[in-house]
Amino acid sequence: MDNVIYMDNNATTKVADEVLEAMRPYFADLYGNPSSMHSFGGQVGRHIAAAREKIAAILGATPEEIIFTSCGTESDSTAILSSLQSLPAKRHIVITRVEHPAVKHLCESLDSLTGHKHRITQLPVEKDGTLDLARYEESLTEDTAVVSVMWANNETGVTFPIAAMAAMAKSRGILFHTDAVQAVGKIPIDLAKVPVDFLSLSGHKLHASKGIGVLYVRKGTPFVPFMVGGHQERGRRGGTENTAAIVGLGKACELAQANLTKENTLVRALRDKLENGLLAAVPHAILNGHQTERLPNTTNISFEFVEGEAILLHLDRFNICASSGSACTSGSLEPSHVLRAMGVPFTAAHGSVRLSLSVYNTEAEVDIVLAKLPPIIAELRAMSPFWESSHSGSVGHSQCDCKCS
Amino acid sequence: MWNYTDKVKDHFLNPRNVGEIADADGIGEVGSLACGDALKLFFKLDAEKKRIADARFKTFGCASAIASSSALTEIIKGLTLEEASKISNEDIAHYLGGLPKEKMHCSVMGREALEAAIANYRGIALPMAQGELVCECFGVTDLEIRRAIQESNLRTVEEVTNFTKAGGGCGKCVDRIQEIILEVRHEGRHDKAGAGAPKRLTNIQKIKMIEDLLEREVRPALRRDGGDIELIDVDGDFVSVSLRGACVSCKKSQTTLKEYVEKKLREQVLDSLIVVEN
Repeated sequence: MDNVIYMDNNATTKVADEVLEAMRPYFADLYGNPSSMHSFGGQVGRHIAAAREKIAAILGATPEEIIFTSCGTESDSTAILSSLQSLPAKRHIVITRVEHPAVKHLCESLDSLTGHKHRITQLPVEKDGTLDLARYEESLTEDTAVVSVMWANNETGVTFPIAAMAAMAKSRGILFHTDAVQAVGKIPIDLAKVPVDFLSLSGHKLHASKGIGVLYVRKGTPFVPFMVGGHQERGRRGGTENTAAIVGLGKACELAQANLTKENTLVRALRDKLENGLLAAVPHAILNGHQTERLPNTTNISFEFVEGEAILLHLDRFNICASSGSACTSGSLEPSHVLRAMGVPFTAAHGSVRLSLSVYNTEAEVDIVLAKLPPIIAELRAMSPFWESSHSGSVGHSQCDCKCS
Repeated sequence: MWNYTDKVKDHFLNPRNVGEIADADGIGEVGSLACGDALKLFFKLDAEKKRIADARFKTFGCASAIASSSALTEIIKGLTLEEASKISNEDIAHYLGGLPKEKMHCSVMGREALEAAIANYRGIALPMAQGELVCECFGVTDLEIRRAIQESNLRTVEEVTNFTKAGGGCGKCVDRIQEIILEVRHEGRHDKAGAGAPKRLTNIQKIKMIEDLLEREVRPALRRDGGDIELIDVDGDFVSVSLRGACVSCKKSQTTLKEYVEKKLREQVLDSLIVVEN
């Protein structure tokens, strides 16, 4: 498709041209197995080692602490199941109500998966999506095996104070995992200063390909493999290396590190222009999530009295890609668990739209969205039975305070 | 991305008959903001009060909700009220060339708004609202669920949720929906209730059967080796027990629990039970 305005980068990203170029040789020419004795295969092993170093560098880690997996979900499962096996006497896990399904659904099905009963604490969040640290500290017990808390939320971009949280867990002998798939490449991360035991990242969220993930395991942290097989990854994850994707991820991390300043200045400025423009142009529009403790690329806005799927399909006519927390887009009947945990009223949750940018977005694209989106909202509101009645103050349990009468 | 037909897309992007009728003869409102979709339907009869001369709507909802509303107004124009009252959700879905199964409730919403508008014109209470409230999240009664099961030949709770939204919220009413499905389907077959139905135990029945089995077979076997077992709790599929006597220090006690006690419970009570030591 030509002229796609892609603002759904928290869902997945474009593979960078440089990454694709780096990957290309490993399909046709350098197809050898890095475990082979011959130099044709062996040379591939050296490129994997180089990629491992680049990935370690963006995290502030050492190459030995990097394990390649197939995706973020595999990394999450590996970290949590490994922790439970390392500390078999402990049966309590702390997560948040806004975790990604890769963590939330895994924890909810642990009992039937392992045959043992577990207690899961799902920490609530504030209205702006942030966590109460005192409440978190209270939740840690003698029986707690592992804490798994995302670094940044995929729907709102809200970030959690991982350094402080990991330190509190560490001082009690509790393992700490963070799902950082949305954070890596968007905000600075230095694991030399942040005492997490495990960190998950996913290639396709930072302009590498799909099908490649990483689990960081701190040196000295007990580890039990999830995929058992060959000696790959020093026996910590069996399965022949996805060589092209690994080399691509190495390149992507190198680019992400070089682009980190751009991400936090240029991309942030574009996001702010988009967000402020929409909030100013559309009455009854509400920002979901903390204003500043947030990724620089993400904005999540609720447009009251209209439904998200209808908004997305109208945007689709202009080749604008976004996503929504409405029930209708999820295939379930309830709106996003993240927005519900934040106490966003159903009236607003159904009309939420997430726009997530990348270094490949331009100001011209932001201007197009600013021109197209407000009339779509107005058109859908003209059709909504709640819109006009909201002006008499009767719907949504609140008086209409807008100035558009 | 939903797989919508061209007709659905057309009626979503170019909805027919959007608006209100100031002097409408009948007005029907269904759904709510909280539910995620809502429809307000207006119709005006001709001078003889026989046929529907005009129909308009206002809808809050997804593409298929808007398309279903638009289709509904097109279908009922020109019909007598008698004819209109026979329009089913399947007619609306058919007019649109079909809807994804998860979106069938949008067509059901159209039909219910039409019923509400006709009842409003006739000055009678809505028959479907009179039943037992089954799903509190989406305000669905047993009468609506029963009708959907019969008319669209639904077999599972998931299908009922797709058509009526019932059970799609907190999930508390899922067991009740399952019962209603069994009731309706057995009535339809003039069958004896319960025949062929999957084994479902109440908690009390389950606990009693577990106690009986422990007393009858497990305890005597353990006592022969100087041990004993006590039932502590039953929570869903988890049977929590405590070992006593010689079992406490026995190295093979875990094997006994899993290989012997759990196996027996699964064979004779429920095959999903999991034994855990308290």
